Amino acid sequence: MDSVARRLSAVGAGAALELRGVTRMFGALAALTDVTITVRPGERRAVLGSNGAGKTTLFNCITGDFPPSSGTIRFFGEDVTHFPPYERIRRGLRRTYQISALFPGLTVQDNVYLACRGVSRGRFSFLRPGQNDALMHAADNLVQAVHLSAVKDQRVAELAHGQQRQLEIALALAGAPRFVLFDEPAAGLSPTERAELIEILTSLPAHIGYIIIEHDMDVALRVVESVTMMHNGRIFKEGRPEEIESDPEVQELYLGGGHE
Amino acid sequence: MSLAHDAPRLAVRPATLAQRPARAWPEVNHPAAWAVAAILLIMPLIASGFFLIEIFASTLILGTIALSLMFLAGYGGMVSLMQLTIAGFSAYMVAVFGVSGNANISLGWPWWLAVPMALALATAFGTLGGALAVRTEGIYTIMITLAIGAAFYYFTNQNWAIFNGHTGINTVATPHFWGVNWRADIPFYYIVLAVAALCYFAVEYLARAPFGLALQGVRDNPRRMAALGFNVNAHRVAAYAFASFVAALAGVLQVWNYRQISPGSVSVGACIDVLIIAVVGGITRPIGPFIGALIFVLLRTFALDFLVRIGLDGNRFRLLIGLGFLAIVFWSSDGVIGLWQRWRQRRGADHSSGGRSHG
Repeated sequence: MDSVARRLSAVGAGAALELRGVTRMFGALAALTDVTITVRPGERRAVLGSNGAGKTTLFNCITGDFPPSSGTIRFFGEDVTHFPPYERIRRGLRRTYQISALFPGLTVQDNVYLACRGVSRGRFSFLRPGQNDALMHAADNLVQAVHLSAVKDQRVAELAHGQQRQLEIALALAGAPRFVLFDEPAAGLSPTERAELIEILTSLPAHIGYIIIEHDMDVALRVVESVTMMHNGRIFKEGRPEEIESDPEVQELYLGGGHE
Repeated sequence: MSLAHDAPRLAVRPATLAQRPARAWPEVNHPAAWAVAAILLIMPLIASGFFLIEIFASTLILGTIALSLMFLAGYGGMVSLMQLTIAGFSAYMVAVFGVSGNANISLGWPWWLAVPMALALATAFGTLGGALAVRTEGIYTIMITLAIGAAFYYFTNQNWAIFNGHTGINTVATPHFWGVNWRADIPFYYIVLAVAALCYFAVEYLARAPFGLALQGVRDNPRRMAALGFNVNAHRVAAYAFASFVAALAGVLQVWNYRQISPGSVSVGACIDVLIIAVVGGITRPIGPFIGALIFVLLRTFALDFLVRIGLDGNRFRLLIGLGFLAIVFWSSDGVIGLWQRWRQRRGADHSSGGRSHG
């Protein structure tokens, strides 16, 4: 079945990510209701909505952190609805967390090395990486790409907030990502750091698509080509950034609602 | 915090390259480590038979059992109270498959068959227990593993067909080959030292290998580990398998040491002693359990005389251990090792080396 999926994606069969009728209940509360989204390979999309709109729940369903209560999720044609998170990650899905989910007891280098190891063979290897270990070099490059080389041997617990956010992104870019979910990557960043983040996002290879949850419109609308608005766990509107920005309903609901 | 670190980046490169070889092998280049190793090696020249076996071999055996707990708790965040039970199971299996005074039970296999069998069965036992325990977290892991330990203790008490009830199995044979009685004080000390050192270095080495790093990742943030492509539960079970093997090795040494095994050796109290040893020594580094075991064995051996001399019941040595435990937990969450590290850091704050802890 794996090979079928690979062949399908090789002929460019349709969507990178396809959600059909995804619903997620927490007890009697519907955090997501009948969400249907199709994202093309390489597409970059923002998901906007107020707090509690279901944006992070959407991410959790896509990665399998919380499985959906009903509906199906396809990743590059393959039905991953019932896959555990690690199987989805090994197929090229990645995510970052709104609140940094790092390994505070380990160094920056070890954090990134783990991310590289997680999507390759030898996760259970009892042998230490040697001097010319390919994954160690991959980790070095990633650390450099997010400008953390100077602190690579420091424990993550000692890093500044902005650096932790950058490490968060590095972990999601390990291996060969095909699609990334960024959950509020700009949260708590300074203006300089935001500019840096925008640069990292826009310089990603073109075949890597992503969905970004972002409250900061300056960041969100500059790095995406399409926007999905969510409200109360439902898709409320979809369109190009300028359409969404100028939509009166959206403005009333979200942009004018006191949010940034 | 600024994001551009272009200037320091250049300066950092050579330092990291220089650090690479340190990655390849445990930190054995400290002079104190060499001194300890040398003393341990020439110990038979210094110590009497009593000290050699009752103090140092016992310390190393208990320390190895506690090391298996340190591996699970320190790197994996899983507090398993069944490590002594696994060692005890292994000890029983050596007695059951090997040669003992209880000919109606023991199968009489030679030691070189009985020992691998015992190791395999005990590792399987611990892995199964681990597979149950990893479905839980925190206090429930402690409860499940304690329940396994308690169940095994009562089972050995009541089962006569294999475990010979509360009398246990006596006069267990020990290896004799190449004309050497390997249970004689000096050869046995070296066997124990070799096994303990092997386990110690294996744990130390593993901590920086992908398996050990991933285990520390699982400890710090299991959800993120799954989101990086790791099968978290499989990793935890594998950690139990490794720790079980270490405990099983110690169990073989234990039954050779006492030449008998009975339910008293696998009691719930003894299970908890292992936890105390690991916590008192410190569960952040592999050396901690051995330090804890030395303190425990010294107290167990000498506190009795000391207490009797000042007119108290000798059995009160546990009171001393308990008070020590309280003090350690109160002042240093990472045991004696933590106290030592803090003392060194305060003393050598100007030396930039600082304790490089990865646990």
